[in-house]
Amino acid sequence: MSRRVVAVVPAYDEEDAIAGVVDEIRAFDPAIDVVVVDDGSRDSTADAADAAGAVVVRLPFNLGIGAAVQTGFRYALEHGYDVAVRLDGDGQHDPAELPKLLGPLERGEADVVTGSRFRGDDGGYRPPLGRRLGITWFAKLVTLLSRQRVTDTTSGFQALNRPAIALFARDYPSDYPEVEATVLLLKHRLRLTEVPVEMRERETGSSSITVLRSLYYAIKVTLALCIGMARRSAVPTEEANR
Amino acid sequence: MTPVRISVAAAIGSALLILIVLELIRGRRLKERYALLWLATGVALLVLSAWRGGLNTIAGWLGVSGYPPAILFAAAIMFVIAVLLHYSTVLSRLTDDNVLLAQEVALLRARLEALEREATADSAPEPPAG
Repeated sequence: MSRRVVAVVPAYDEEDAIAGVVDEIRAFDPAIDVVVVDDGSRDSTADAADAAGAVVVRLPFNLGIGAAVQTGFRYALEHGYDVAVRLDGDGQHDPAELPKLLGPLERGEADVVTGSRFRGDDGGYRPPLGRRLGITWFAKLVTLLSRQRVTDTTSGFQALNRPAIALFARDYPSDYPEVEATVLLLKHRLRLTEVPVEMRERETGSSSITVLRSLYYAIKVTLALCIGMARRSAVPTEEANR
Repeated sequence: MTPVRISVAAAIGSALLILIVLELIRGRRLKERYALLWLATGVALLVLSAWRGGLNTIAGWLGVSGYPPAILFAAAIMFVIAVLLHYSTVLSRLTDDNVLLAQEVALLRARLEALEREATADSAPEPPAG
């Protein structure tokens, strides 16, 4: 089987967690190449990832999560990978869940598969109220805009096939990007599927999201969504020029 | 009617603005593409302040009966808003370019490191026989 898979791991100040994440992915499947995108960390995240055996792409300064993830997708595109999986650098995504994400891609049922925390039967994941409100708001909004049921628009646990990699390498939203990316996908008629996954609590570090910032992002992203739907040629619709 | 002193002061101010902008262009401290809006601002204000009858007429059209120089302020504010909007678009484009450059540098560096690693591996001494 010659399908080449790359794991894209964006990381910002995750020196304590990153080696574990890399090891875990490699332990799960040594054939998966791991690319850590160091988003201008102030600590030794890049060196830790390098020592753990990952390819490290070092951004010269902090670009924010969206641009960091996009860098990973551009790497995947340039190096001709067939599938990219994205896992966060803090270890909240368990590589053991990867088969669930890769399944629909392999069967050709979807172009992008997202691990959703809300599709499970037990509904095990209970984020704090503020965040739950935000997630629900965006899930409803995206479902409305895309006329497709989406439960977790904020999950960064995703698997993409080649057309989706090409799209995101060319155009990917900036802050808090997953919500807009979902709509972008659907606008380009790529098929999105959600599968239930469990996510772990953060092991180290702290989430980059605070209350005021979430509110700012919520407003910003809502605006971006509404404008994005109406935008002329939000992105070139053709394959062609990268 | 516009007081003469206001007209004179406004004309001097506008002329100064034009001169400063021209001087900045001459000294290559301001690119022409960013200077155009400023020059337009200066010229428009100069015309409005020097051409006193015109200012009164325009004030009349817009229903500003009490104090025609208010039109000067309105024009100045409009131009400043235009300049600022223009800057916002420039800033947005620069931000995008900046991100693209940073990504490109990072990807090239990763490629370079991989090549160097390969090269050192190739040129490493043969493992001793036996």
